[in-house]
Amino acid sequence: MAYEPVIGIETHVELTTDSKMFCGCQVNFGSPPNTNVCPVCLGLPGALPVVNARAVEYAMTIGLALNCSIAEHSVFARKNYFYPDMPKNYQISQYDEPLCVEGHLDVEVGEETSRVGITRVHMEEDTGKSTHIGEGGRIQAASHSLLDFNRAGVPLMEVVSEPDIRSAEQARAFVSELRGAILRLGVSDAKLEEGSMRFDANVSLRPVGAEEFGTKVEVKNMNSLRSLQRALEYEIERQAALLDAGEAVVQETRHWDEEAGSTSGMRSKEEAFDYRYFPEPDLVPVAVDDEWRKRVAQSLPELPAQSRARYVAMGLEPTTAGLIARDVEAGAVFESAVAGGGEAQTVANWLTGEVTALLRKTETGLAASPIDGAALAALAGMVADRSLSASAAKEVLAGVAAGEGSPEEVATARDLIQVSDSASLEPVIDEVLAANPEALEKLRSGDGKVMGFLIGQVMRATGGKADPGAVSRIIELRVG
Amino acid sequence: MGDLADLTVAEAAAGLRKGDLTAVELLEAVNRRAAMTEANLHAYLTVDREGSARAAVAADASLNAGKDPGPLHGIPVALKDNMVTRGLETTCSSKILSGYLPPYDGTAVTRLRDGGAVIFGKTNLDEFAMGSSTENSAYGTSRNPWDPETVPGGSSGGSAAAVAAGSALVAFGSDTGGSIRQPAALCGIVGMKPTYGLVSRYGLIAFASSLDQIGPLTRTVEDAVAALEVVGGYDPLDSTSYPGAVPDYRSGLDSGVSGLRVGVVTELNGTGIDPEVQAAVDATIARLEQAGATIVQLSLPSVEYALSAYYLIAPAECSANLARFDGVRYGLRRHGETVEQMMSNTRAEGFGPEVTRRILLGTYALSAGYYDAFYGQAQRVRTLIIRDFEAAYQQADVLVSPTSPTTAFAIGDRTADPLSMYMSDVCTIPSNMSGDPAISVPIGLDSSGLPIGFQVMAPALGEPVMFRVAAEVERQAGFDARAPYASSEAR
Repeated sequence: MAYEPVIGIETHVELTTDSKMFCGCQVNFGSPPNTNVCPVCLGLPGALPVVNARAVEYAMTIGLALNCSIAEHSVFARKNYFYPDMPKNYQISQYDEPLCVEGHLDVEVGEETSRVGITRVHMEEDTGKSTHIGEGGRIQAASHSLLDFNRAGVPLMEVVSEPDIRSAEQARAFVSELRGAILRLGVSDAKLEEGSMRFDANVSLRPVGAEEFGTKVEVKNMNSLRSLQRALEYEIERQAALLDAGEAVVQETRHWDEEAGSTSGMRSKEEAFDYRYFPEPDLVPVAVDDEWRKRVAQSLPELPAQSRARYVAMGLEPTTAGLIARDVEAGAVFESAVAGGGEAQTVANWLTGEVTALLRKTETGLAASPIDGAALAALAGMVADRSLSASAAKEVLAGVAAGEGSPEEVATARDLIQVSDSASLEPVIDEVLAANPEALEKLRSGDGKVMGFLIGQVMRATGGKADPGAVSRIIELRVG
Repeated sequence: MGDLADLTVAEAAAGLRKGDLTAVELLEAVNRRAAMTEANLHAYLTVDREGSARAAVAADASLNAGKDPGPLHGIPVALKDNMVTRGLETTCSSKILSGYLPPYDGTAVTRLRDGGAVIFGKTNLDEFAMGSSTENSAYGTSRNPWDPETVPGGSSGGSAAAVAAGSALVAFGSDTGGSIRQPAALCGIVGMKPTYGLVSRYGLIAFASSLDQIGPLTRTVEDAVAALEVVGGYDPLDSTSYPGAVPDYRSGLDSGVSGLRVGVVTELNGTGIDPEVQAAVDATIARLEQAGATIVQLSLPSVEYALSAYYLIAPAECSANLARFDGVRYGLRRHGETVEQMMSNTRAEGFGPEVTRRILLGTYALSAGYYDAFYGQAQRVRTLIIRDFEAAYQQADVLVSPTSPTTAFAIGDRTADPLSMYMSDVCTIPSNMSGDPAISVPIGLDSSGLPIGFQVMAPALGEPVMFRVAAEVERQAGFDARAPYASSEAR
């Protein structure tokens, strides 16, 4: 039978505020264990939380970017469960009255745009980190565990999507778009591998055309866009096979194993979790007035989707526009290069092609590399006035990236400037034509194949510096 | 001058400034008194001899240097052992915090230190402030200085006993359902619960966060004012802290009650109240009327449900507040094969029966499927209580009642029946539910020679009128009896 996957995604993002969600401790990863801690984030007896207004503002930023309504009045609650790296044995989170509700994010897959609903965006605090010493690094088999509370109380934001996603590819595009927006807003570094952005997916299948949802499975432990897509593809196939065999899908949480390329059921809990949520009595409701909301809304930067639309209007192909729009640094370099006179598509092609490849090779970021808007504008100018060939331009780029100087300096030093002016080329071409009367005759009689031969001869005579296009045009004039 | 330990805060403060006495002498007097009474009363869990000696010397030095940081400067103070004190053991009278040395001072403690107070020691309480007699302490029951066979009340029983016995001139406690006022009443002293949010809870080990409030236990109403002046006021570390300025409490103390409307709450007077207690309360109301107050009889219908609602809200909050005591980071740890076993063993051994009972009650009240019927319903009752009080304060400036339905009861009398113990707080719980201030003032002794307390309640931030009426009650009662077990000739 044909099934339609129904997917919803919950994304957790660590906010890059200076201080933690409910205390003044620094948010600073990589500090020695248990150094960024205080009575509040250690949950010491008597300590009380105070909401970090900056974190609220960051979460509001994301909510507004996702077209959510911002609640005038939102409430923190206690989510109760015991875990050794959670200092109070409850997590302060938002439950039935979150900060942001009912938004959406437009997602592009290929040429197709689809709208994914955002149920809510809420704030909460992160837990500490456990390191289990002993077999397998799991708590059950550990001889003992080490606890680091530097992360405890770091502001987390959770974005919950509606079950509007219909394929693994679309899920990947959604997370990618969301990540791009978060990076553009500058509220998180959203590193998937390091866990500052993490996501779980709920996936179920239903027969194509059916209204009712099937039984959903929660898939966890995917730490890259690729693993998200693979995990969902696997899970969709697994559920389809079950349904085809007449078996039921069990509602459970499944763990994605990247190496095995499969999901497996996590150790079943003896009982379902009952988090016993109730309003956090140590905090008053978060009040967001109109003025605050407007101020945050006005400070929103252009989001990737908006940049993409603008780049398309500037003449870029949609795919290239999307790639550039998603990358804050590439977008900045692109815009500066175009402002400097560079031709948009040429600059964009370099950025998404050659430049990306070069940076990957040298493991540097665009911001740290000598390739900037001015360099790309100059390079594009040289290609446009035909003083550089397309292949020479790539070589020049490599030189610029290696720190050899500006494009002009690199092209000159490497002797890559091509000759395209007629005054310099005509005498050489005339010599070549004179030396190859048979070829000239063939060309005149309509045999185009010899053009390549003649251009090659001119290139050889100029030591490869002639602009082949210009050469071809002059020869055609001569044949005229 | 008599024994310095018998001075009020106001008298001692005046003496310090006149040079009649020093903080060191005052501390010595309190030390002597404690040495004499502690064996009988067990008001203290910890006495900080070194710290208090240093603080007294420093207080004298700064007075000599012409500094005067406030009304508790140089005064020996006792703190309920649920207020965290840097480097000084803080146990909440629980085994689970045995030996716990907090790395920080709570805000009230910081303000006391900054105000030159001499922190003498930490007083006994019912474990985690859950109880009305101190019998739930893991470290032994405190005893009432009026009759050591009876309880001092609770949960701030140690604080009340210390002030009544003269082993502190002023003490601080916490009041979640009456835990300052009821022991003050049973020990014949003044006990006051401020408006919720007036005193920072930062550093108060939480029992029920939405109800807990720190307040003073003193010998006089004026001393309660002095104590509140020092610890009250906005604290950015407590999100529920009241952000406004602290009003002037003193100027009305001598104004009398002429022209004030005093409301007698039908539901909190008469039924269920010991006749001797009610008679003393009625006599006090009559004296207020003679002093010029208008007496208004009024009803707070929802108050009948206050106790039931309280015993859902307070345990629900405590079930989460006490979850952090798990043996992982501090306090008691009992080994287990798994981390769950370790936590479970630690908690089973660390918490006493009443704390365990309330955690279970609260966990149940919050669980899926029961939340709305229990916790949700209790919150709705709370809203009704707040509305009833608001309506009542349209008709009266203050409301009055007995503080406790009975005087001090015998040790062991109510331990077998938690419900009878819970009834001790029937008159005090409503003010916690509404977040309003209330004070207990001693008005006399019953036929067994045990003190009777009179409660004055006021609307939120109504401390000035509450103190004004309380001061009149105090003057009219002329209560100046001393607890027999506070005297140097203790039996």
